[in-house]
Amino acid sequence: MSLKVVVDFNVCQDHGQCVFAAPEVFELDAAGRLVVLLEEPDESMRASVEDAADVCPVQAITIEG
Amino acid sequence: MSSQRALVVGAGLGGLRTAEALRTGGFTGEVLVVGDEDWAPYNRPPLSKEALAGELAHDKLAFRVRSNAADVVWRHGVRAVTADLDGRAVTLADGERLAYDVLVAATGVSARRLPIPGPPATAAGGRHVIRTLDDAIGLRAALVPGAKVVVLGAGFIGCEVAATARKLGCDVHCVAIDAYPMVRPLGVELASELQRRHEAQGVVFHLGVGVSEFVGEEHVTGVVLSDGTALDADVVLEALGSRCNVEWLEGNGLDLTDGVLTDTALRPLRDGVPVDGVAAVGDVVRFPNRRFDDGAWRVEHWTIPTDSGRRAGLAGEGYDELVASEWTLLPAFWSDQYDTRLQSYGMPGLADADGIRVLEGSLDDECVVGYHRGDDLVGVVGVGMLRVVNGYRDKVGRGMSPS
Repeated sequence: MSLKVVVDFNVCQDHGQCVFAAPEVFELDAAGRLVVLLEEPDESMRASVEDAADVCPVQAITIEG
Repeated sequence: MSSQRALVVGAGLGGLRTAEALRTGGFTGEVLVVGDEDWAPYNRPPLSKEALAGELAHDKLAFRVRSNAADVVWRHGVRAVTADLDGRAVTLADGERLAYDVLVAATGVSARRLPIPGPPATAAGGRHVIRTLDDAIGLRAALVPGAKVVVLGAGFIGCEVAATARKLGCDVHCVAIDAYPMVRPLGVELASELQRRHEAQGVVFHLGVGVSEFVGEEHVTGVVLSDGTALDADVVLEALGSRCNVEWLEGNGLDLTDGVLTDTALRPLRDGVPVDGVAAVGDVVRFPNRRFDDGAWRVEHWTIPTDSGRRAGLAGEGYDELVASEWTLLPAFWSDQYDTRLQSYGMPGLADADGIRVLEGSLDDECVVGYHRGDDLVGVVGVGMLRVVNGYRDKVGRGMSPS
């Protein structure tokens, strides 16, 4: 079962808390906008990606798979 | 599946994260979460910010539940009234007695109201608080253009609602006993700058005064302040902080003076000794966080329910490993007011009076303010400059910042 990260960019407000939880997957670019680096991260990253979804202040991150 | 039961009292963010962590940690018994609200866990911060200005719908605010917690049993709309920690049972308002093996107190806080008589302290009486989704729905209906809104309290919630009410076209007065809005956590310099920003948006402050009277019979029509000022009001919001929901734990010998006092493993203390099989999480727990000092603090920041719930849940059936492991936690919160976002890490309120300095940028624009106690950076607050303030996050705490 592959892991898929979906960010609802209509909801995301670029808080960047997900970057602390999963820096391999999320990044704030130079303009402070959230970028998803890995949309289908390896299964080994499941825990950190779940943590990233938890700490999103506006709950914009969904994990599929 | 074991026959054990973990009972989580409180169905907010802390209760949810605890339930999920019980499963993540391998607890195989029943996980039962009981909460007094009718709603499944939802995100509260937007209630005074974007959701209050826009759409207040539970499905937009509900927390995603981890797939491993799909079998958690939720019972909404029922309050716990007593607990017998020696007999390991909790009694609900409907009379049911629930036995448990593991108990987690996640009952959070309620909005505090002024003990002043007047019109009914309800949305129908025009006297609002904002803690729950139902509170916010009631308040939103009253925030019509031109409504005269009096916000009592100039903390973050009061200021966020003041900003939102201005955005909605209301006439807004904000009353507080403090000399500046949000001054206790932020200090005078930043607080006075934020006051200026609110005033530029049309909020009228009445500072250093209390409330002596609510005017009106069935519905509030005004507020009289302690200096005699009379304000007309269609809407009064009491944003005066919180009181802890701990009544149900009384009679067990716990220290409930400000939430539930626990050890570092979040176990409630009775005469200094942790009570077996019990933990407290979220807004209601007062615990030693050695990242800052040896004292015990209760911190109503958004990150605390998640971090403490995870820890309590992972303890599952035994706390021995957690007691042995040093655990610290970084409080964090944000606040949106007009186009300004504040992002805080740590506990800025712990700073020395002369320990508050602008670290980056400029107060009248975007900046990062550092809060120091002695040589330690105990908190940072970014006004905008998110990437910059995020860079200070790991430097906050005792002995973590080069002096």
